[in-house]
Amino acid sequence: MAPIKKSLQLLNPYRQAARTPPPSRGVSQGVSEKTFRLAGGENVSYSWTKSMLSWQRTSYHFQPDHNWMNDPNGPLYYKEWYHFFYQYNPDSAVWGNISWGHAVSKDLIHWFYLPFAMVPDHWYDISGVWTGSATFLPDGQIVMIYTGDTVDIVQFWFPHPGIGIKDFRDPTTAWLSPDGDKWRFAIGSKVNKTGISLVYETVDFKSYDMLDGYLHEVPGTGMWECVDFYPVSTKEVNGLDTSVNGPGIKHVLKASLDDDKNDYYALGTYDQFENKWVPDDPKLDVGIGLRYDYGRYYASKTFYDQNKQRRILWGWVKETDSEYDDILKGWASVQSIPRTVVFDRKTGSNLLQWPVIEVEELRSKSVEFDNVKLGPGSIAPLKVGSPSQLDIVASFEIDKDAFEGTVGANASYSCPTSGGAANRGKLGPFGIIVLADETLSEGTPIYFYVAKGANGKAETHFCADESRSSEAPDVSKVVYGSKVPVIDGEKYSVRSLVDHSIVESFAQGGRRVITSRIYPTNAINGAARVFLFNNATGVSVTASVKIWNMGSADIRQFPFNQS
Amino acid sequence: MLLLFHFYGIPQEKDQNLIETTCKNTPNYQLCISTLRAHPGSINTDIEGLGLIMVYAVKAKAIETSNAIKKLKGSQPELRNALNDCSGRYNAILEADVPEAVEALIKGDPKFAEDGMADASLEAVSCEKSFKQVISPLTVLNNAVRDLSDVARAIIRNLL
Repeated sequence: MAPIKKSLQLLNPYRQAARTPPPSRGVSQGVSEKTFRLAGGENVSYSWTKSMLSWQRTSYHFQPDHNWMNDPNGPLYYKEWYHFFYQYNPDSAVWGNISWGHAVSKDLIHWFYLPFAMVPDHWYDISGVWTGSATFLPDGQIVMIYTGDTVDIVQFWFPHPGIGIKDFRDPTTAWLSPDGDKWRFAIGSKVNKTGISLVYETVDFKSYDMLDGYLHEVPGTGMWECVDFYPVSTKEVNGLDTSVNGPGIKHVLKASLDDDKNDYYALGTYDQFENKWVPDDPKLDVGIGLRYDYGRYYASKTFYDQNKQRRILWGWVKETDSEYDDILKGWASVQSIPRTVVFDRKTGSNLLQWPVIEVEELRSKSVEFDNVKLGPGSIAPLKVGSPSQLDIVASFEIDKDAFEGTVGANASYSCPTSGGAANRGKLGPFGIIVLADETLSEGTPIYFYVAKGANGKAETHFCADESRSSEAPDVSKVVYGSKVPVIDGEKYSVRSLVDHSIVESFAQGGRRVITSRIYPTNAINGAARVFLFNNATGVSVTASVKIWNMGSADIRQFPFNQS
Repeated sequence: MLLLFHFYGIPQEKDQNLIETTCKNTPNYQLCISTLRAHPGSINTDIEGLGLIMVYAVKAKAIETSNAIKKLKGSQPELRNALNDCSGRYNAILEADVPEAVEALIKGDPKFAEDGMADASLEAVSCEKSFKQVISPLTVLNNAVRDLSDVARAIIRNLL
């Protein structure tokens, strides 16, 4: 087992002893009325049965035995084991009393729980051991830097004028300075409503110097949590160590926005001498442009897997049901399946994410349906065994002549305001429906919607529609999604990993990803079904789909007695 | 109440403004103002403190509702199913939502405080909805918990 050197914690947001009035914020920001958890429209309260609740637990996604989990921490590969740490509440199924849980795996899929890595036991983290990252030193040691919370009055180090003492957390993995003699890492923060990333330098991980200025800032984005900063190759498919820089390389800057609970990333260039990062496209800057995931996904963090030379992304997926349900079932939150991250050389303007190949070890028997023709307004049931644990790969083609013949209009489409798969357009929606029951009283469509503008140009949207995912009123019923680039000649393709109450869907090879949490009352166990559908009014769609049953990852305690 | 007011003297113009500005950004200005002003600590604190005061108000009202539910189980046994659901809901508020919000506010990760108050509101509404074909005996209390939670949530959003 890796002897992790828990050598430091710095960056403690100290709570001031005396309450002073807050700095003037000018005109208060309007309070957002949006609810991130919508209740259903019906006037009934739901009584969950034990079988409905126990069905919700996932089979091949990482989650602890019970209780609450949030941010992934310090993931790394060391001496033939992948290590994973996570924010964990040992006492309850809601956030609180945070410690670091620890698990190991040989393949990023079959995990073994280990005893806690870090509990609040030092004066500097007595109120909580918060998020952090791992850095490998040349001598093979691993340094974990994390944020510790304390209620102590003593304050020995003030981050930066203008930054609230609590707006300061989640250090990244470190990278080498241009001379190779110092380590740098980033920390997110904010000044008023401007999200920023600070950079610190250290030689020995004992004392730290804050570099002047910010790595980057974006007004209006609010607090930047869980900043991540790493290089990607624009030429090769392999991942890169965090310290790599040079030609043919772009840097990804990512932040989790406290304000809207989403993870945003942007591609850009890092000038390591000026210590400044600039986005390739300022209109797609951090916090206002692309998201890793258009569903429920937060606090994500990458690491460089030197074993297989990949950049791997972990993301926290919380529940979208009520905390009452979480208490009843005794747990809350899962991690997404780890994803490889590479630069998309076809578009040049986004990353591609894809489930690590090791997840395919869980595939068992498969069924295939080729060239299924779906006329406008049609639906086709697909016979699959164990429909709660599936790996679905589907591609769709729109009838070419009908597509050309369709007259464009200037109506704009947006998944979140579209009303979902029930709202028909000429060229969409079409796709798959998962976790559905036979009568479709419940179902979750994962679909494409093609909108043709008046100028004849087509814009494709990729959406996951939870509006009829469950008859229970106290679960989220939103429609997630965004536009997705489709290159000429490409079919519309989607891969969906279905694992009980989580569905992760990848469009166009991972150009856009949507993670959904689904809590059906009928469409569970043997009653669940999968359908193909085409709800467009103006075109036929031809679909080909292959579906594998997925086995369990059998996540359990590390078998200490058997080594 | 009057005694406390005298003890603290006339509130500072600046601190009164904080309460007013903060309350203007909530869905229920009157409820926000009256709840905060009823607490002597509101004069001398920051937005986090105002958020905490409101969370404690949610807690107090939830305890009151929880006690009412217990009484009704005895006096109106025909409402047993709905009352049992409500017990569970208010248990979630008192054992999970409120402690989560308090800890998150004190420790400085306000998004979890927002989660707790958003959920408390949902739980109160769910309890109210569980009285399907009868008139709910808890409407006033459920609505109060819902409204206080919504105000608390709005205050907390200023911290994000």
